[in-house]
Amino acid sequence: MSRVGKIARRSFLVGAVAAAGGVAFGVWRYKTPYRNPLLSGLNDGEAALTPYVLIRPDGITLITPRADKGQGAYQVQAMLLAEELDVTLDQIPVDPGPPDVAYWNRALADEAAAFLAPGGGVAEAVAGSVVSAGAKFLGLQITGGSTTTPDGFDKLRAAGASARETLKAAAAAQMGVAESELTTRDGAVILPDGTALPYTELAGAAAEVHTVTDVDLRPASEWRLIGKPTPRLDMVAKSTGTQDYGIDVNLPGLVHATVLLNPALGGALGSYDTAEAFKIRGVQSVVEITGGLGIVADNTWRAMEGAKAIVASWPDGPLPPAMEAHWQALSDSFTEDAQDSRKRDDGDVDAALGEADVIEAEYRAPYLAHAPLEPVNATVRVDEDTVEIWTGTQIPRNVLTNVSRITGVPEDNITLHNQMIGGSFGHRLEDMVVRHAAEIAMQMKGTPVKLTYSREEDMTHDFPRQIAMARMRGTVREGRVEAYDLGIAMPSVIVSQMGRQGLSVPGPDSQIVAGAFEQPFAVPHHRVTGYRAPPLAPVSSWRSVGASTNGFFYNAGLDELIHAAGADPMEERLRLCDDALARSVLEAVAEMSDWSGPNPAEGVGRGVAFTKSFGVPCAEVIEVETTQAGLKLTRAWVAAEVGTVVDPLNFENQVAGGVIFGLGHAINCELTFAEGRAEQTNFDAFQGLRLYQAPVIEVRGLENGDTVLGVGEPPVPPAAPALAAAIFAATGTRLREMPFSKFVEFA
Amino acid sequence: MQLTIDGTDHDIEVEDEMPLLWVLRDVLGKTGVKYGCGIAQCGACTVHIDGQAVRSCQVAAGDVWGPVTTIHGLGTPEARHAVQEAWIETQVAQCGYCQSGQIMQAAALLSETPDPSDEDIDDAMSGNLCRCGTYPRIRAAIKAAAAKLKEA
Repeated sequence: MSRVGKIARRSFLVGAVAAAGGVAFGVWRYKTPYRNPLLSGLNDGEAALTPYVLIRPDGITLITPRADKGQGAYQVQAMLLAEELDVTLDQIPVDPGPPDVAYWNRALADEAAAFLAPGGGVAEAVAGSVVSAGAKFLGLQITGGSTTTPDGFDKLRAAGASARETLKAAAAAQMGVAESELTTRDGAVILPDGTALPYTELAGAAAEVHTVTDVDLRPASEWRLIGKPTPRLDMVAKSTGTQDYGIDVNLPGLVHATVLLNPALGGALGSYDTAEAFKIRGVQSVVEITGGLGIVADNTWRAMEGAKAIVASWPDGPLPPAMEAHWQALSDSFTEDAQDSRKRDDGDVDAALGEADVIEAEYRAPYLAHAPLEPVNATVRVDEDTVEIWTGTQIPRNVLTNVSRITGVPEDNITLHNQMIGGSFGHRLEDMVVRHAAEIAMQMKGTPVKLTYSREEDMTHDFPRQIAMARMRGTVREGRVEAYDLGIAMPSVIVSQMGRQGLSVPGPDSQIVAGAFEQPFAVPHHRVTGYRAPPLAPVSSWRSVGASTNGFFYNAGLDELIHAAGADPMEERLRLCDDALARSVLEAVAEMSDWSGPNPAEGVGRGVAFTKSFGVPCAEVIEVETTQAGLKLTRAWVAAEVGTVVDPLNFENQVAGGVIFGLGHAINCELTFAEGRAEQTNFDAFQGLRLYQAPVIEVRGLENGDTVLGVGEPPVPPAAPALAAAIFAATGTRLREMPFSKFVEFA
Repeated sequence: MQLTIDGTDHDIEVEDEMPLLWVLRDVLGKTGVKYGCGIAQCGACTVHIDGQAVRSCQVAAGDVWGPVTTIHGLGTPEARHAVQEAWIETQVAQCGYCQSGQIMQAAALLSETPDPSDEDIDDAMSGNLCRCGTYPRIRAAIKAAAAKLKEA
């Protein structure tokens, strides 16, 4: 150590590190690497070797640009970096970093391209637009689509390896030893004599050597972290009340605000009287914002009391007044004119349907709120030439664009501090709360405004999960499913969601049929058609998006045909399955549950469902028991194929949580509209699953595939249909509409 | 009004009807206590008054009848309560937003019922909503905490 102590820290050379910018992307062989956004904030003796690793004399920070809303994104990103960088995870802080194009999500861009993939006449006709629409996704730093792991798996490991090799090169130059004689461990380069040179002391020197970009990633056999259960970095804070979320932000001079919005979704501000509001202690001001009012007080509760005291009359909103009109619009969309895609058309469906008795059924799935437990919130301070934002968001770059538009301050002068998120399920892919906070803050410049929606405003002004309807026709022959024709109608989520960000998305929306058209079942005559319903309520991505409704539709229809054929639902799925990875997850749940058919015992029903979504084949068996109090969910078995399970602990949490999420909404949740207003305003009317209702869940991760995939969403779609099938087995009641509690009693 | 919170006496000047939740969060900065619904449907705001688990969003500041313990008073990152220790060992939290309330509810259960059955856990914990679905680990953590408390 004595030698190290004598070496003076050299000054930091911007040029050398600027060349190092975009190191992570060099691995991907991009011709024009993005500028490294960490470079602008560096001081002497600090190095940002890639956009993901920041080394300062006082410590190392791993930059984890995908938002963490409870799914463990920070953890998995840190693990991937640390695997190659040779640092100890619990000693290294993580930081979401600045919004920047350098952090664009390649995996999501690939998914976006898939939304637009040719396959129908319309898509081919707009092939030119597909390229430009796809390009608009580039540079989007989005968290979603279960892409954090697939996007980061190579990129972050390569970034870690590149930083490690660069630090070794710096040490070699400094100490006059061959690089091949150096090793790395616990955040230090180790000299042949065992002396440890901490990375932090090499930061300045590393900035002066060429960044090593040609790195080999370690083989799986050498992984220290990947594949091992890893205690979460945030677990102590989240178990002691010391984890701060966006809603906990506090700043000198901060004021508290809430909103009172037109209860008719999308409706404008009407006339209002604030006299009573100003009688509430602490209420400071009431300002007009898009669609309603912002109420500012010295305390959150006082702002909410102020909102309640305002007397307002609201104009009607744009939505159809009654729920029946929403369903009618879907029902009317099963037409040739409204056909959006036919991405599957095997055999001769029409002929097959003409040759045997046709089994028909219709299915429905309601609007759903996202309702994460942390109500949406944002803190914004608008100054003369700058804006500062504190909020938890999955779309940081869009937030900059929108706040810039509202405030007139250029994006470069806006700082966004991304916050830990208390659940999202897709909710934080929308940014209306930040826009509202910016609108309020514009009217009181220099003062930080923390806007917190009440639970009621959050639930009634969500951009909900799509409403959807499906129609199935099919035939059976000699105990087998012979023909399966499924049509699905829904509004386009992607068009609605991207529309709010000023983007148009031409061509078919593959989410209308996701979780249905690409299922690995070789029914001889098989067709899946998507129909685009007109825009109704504004809708947004909800954990597993199109597959959240279509997984139910596809499996429920298949089950009715299998039942008509007199076959076993597991056996017939295995017989029809034409994909080895999909087959292995079905075989896994059959083995785990010791599958012996839908009725293993008196009063016990079991159902199986399979959905491949976000590339992940996932199978589930759900078991219910009839009791005097109603149906009780007793057991669940789940298997998912993700290529590599990066962290078995987080994997199990995500999968079990996804199953519970799918089951709870299937049982008792819906968002309905009357007079264009959401009728469910709080958790008394939108319950979800409670602890006493949760089954015992057994989870298995399979690692046979050669692609690493994320698992936040795939466990959701099979849960509802597996439950419906179990209920049918136990009671003989065929459920074709969610929520199921409208038709059967649950314990 | 005089309130004893996490062992410290506070002289607080607020409206009697202000819910304890907002006194804790916005007046005293005890932000580990969470707002989730405001109508006693989620349990995120659970604290102890006189050792009993209550929804602080439903208790008016003027009605507080005894000393208040929040998640911050139960234990700290350096000196954790056995329930917090069990929560960390069992790796319960996902988003974590409901967990302060879950832990306070579990601590109250275990102080009354040191060896809870599954039914006891069902009864005590079903008012606490977890949107991430961490229930299986919550159940396991309560059993682990019970074992720890017995050893202590």
